[in-house]
Amino acid sequence: MELLTINNVWMMICTALVFFMHLGFAFLEIGLTRQKNTINILFKNIFIITVGLLLYALVGFNLMYPNWGANSAGYLGDFIFGISEPLKNGTLDLAYNQGYTYWTDFLFQGMFAATAATIVSGAVAERMKILPFMIFTVLYVGFVYPIAGSWKWGGGFLDQLATPFYDFAGSTLVHSVGGWAALVAVSLLGARIGKFENGKTQAIPGHNIPIATAGVLILWLGWFGFNGGSVLSADPELTSITLVTTCLAAAAGGVVAVLASTIMYKNLDLTMFLNGILGGLVGITAGADQMSPMDAILIGAVAGVLIVFAVSLIDKLKLDDPVGAIAVHLVCGIWGTLAVGLFGNLASGAQFLSQLIGVACYAVFCIATSFIIIFTLKKTIGIRVSEKEEVEGLDAHEHGMDAYPDFRLNEY
Amino acid sequence: MKKIEAVIRKSKYRAVKEALHDVGVNFFSYWDVTGLGNEKEGHVYRGISYSTSDIQRRYISIVVNDDFEEITIKTILKSSSTGEVGDGKIFVSDIKEAYRIRTGEKGGKTLN
Repeated sequence: MELLTINNVWMMICTALVFFMHLGFAFLEIGLTRQKNTINILFKNIFIITVGLLLYALVGFNLMYPNWGANSAGYLGDFIFGISEPLKNGTLDLAYNQGYTYWTDFLFQGMFAATAATIVSGAVAERMKILPFMIFTVLYVGFVYPIAGSWKWGGGFLDQLATPFYDFAGSTLVHSVGGWAALVAVSLLGARIGKFENGKTQAIPGHNIPIATAGVLILWLGWFGFNGGSVLSADPELTSITLVTTCLAAAAGGVVAVLASTIMYKNLDLTMFLNGILGGLVGITAGADQMSPMDAILIGAVAGVLIVFAVSLIDKLKLDDPVGAIAVHLVCGIWGTLAVGLFGNLASGAQFLSQLIGVACYAVFCIATSFIIIFTLKKTIGIRVSEKEEVEGLDAHEHGMDAYPDFRLNEY
Repeated sequence: MKKIEAVIRKSKYRAVKEALHDVGVNFFSYWDVTGLGNEKEGHVYRGISYSTSDIQRRYISIVVNDDFEEITIKTILKSSSTGEVGDGKIFVSDIKEAYRIRTGEKGGKTLN
């Protein structure tokens, strides 16, 4: 009972830290975009966390954890709608598992669920209509994310491979799932007006770099819960090594990214520093409990290089990703997942193959589902705001509001 | 009476203000302006170089009696110069009349 209490307290702290990450995402997104779209981005982020939690309570949690295995009733087998504590001899089962209660389990996983849509929000910023984005969020968070998650975390087929696919805290299950949808959405949506002009990529600087910096540090703090809580107990050794690997990878990612960008572009770009930190965090997430500190530094460092090249490659492909979501969450998510087969306790050829299978399965499923959803929205209600709305800002047209009414400097 | 307007570097504003005070020019208006010019500012954002020709400057507008014209211009020329492109410009024009709103009096004495 005492152990359950300790474990449960740690898991609830982690739940709160993962919740806090939504502020980090919101800050990063508004910081790296223009002030005329601030309300729109904040609205999307608030929509994602509120509606995401409700959806997770209604369907997501049951879809994601169908208890595949001996007596599984399959998707939605036990409960069709809503959540309720499994009873044991007619009373609440406090020892739901060794780590924490059923309620903590729900809330911790629920905080994760909304993240996938948040990643897309940043990539489509400044030009996507709010209604189709909300519809996409409902379908993606409510159904795609939990079904994809059930393959591994719910004990599904990727968990039952001879050498099980391994994704500790979600390099693939959370970050790539969001990243693939971001890639599809950006492709279908097109670039912001002025991003690719006269055959050249143009810079569209973000309007508040201090807020973006705060966002990244908040995300880093949140990752203590994201990875630390994914131990699913307060196991002293595992939680502490996980936090060490997480922080070292973040630090290495940031340092290497800013070194690479300084060598390539001859300037000390803070936004690359920030994206590098996030790349390192996403990269270590798949194997945070399996790596030695040195492995973590290496994984973070590779992620840092990947970030700089991926941001430039995405620009070359004429894909417009204002916050670098595809580079951070998709590219580093794939890297981190594959790294489990290359470094640390699980490293082996068979593990690497399982990791590849996992990455491929998620790629196919996420590209297909997000394409169907977004393409259908594009052909029906349209996904892009009018040129006038885009130029004047989504805040004024989609919301009729102004983020900084007393502070207007730029007309564009 | 003359109106002397000068577009100067923001970084030189304090030096100009103090130099003007030293020669007895104590009243003027100023505001921040953005303009276009020969100067380009180079920037890099997420690996993309871009330059902006939007130049931030401070605009000061001084109305003085004729006998102050020369010293005011000299003072601004001396205190605002760095010798590099982008130091700014001075414009001089005639002022037909000046009134002090509080008393209704007019002429050169309203400028003190």
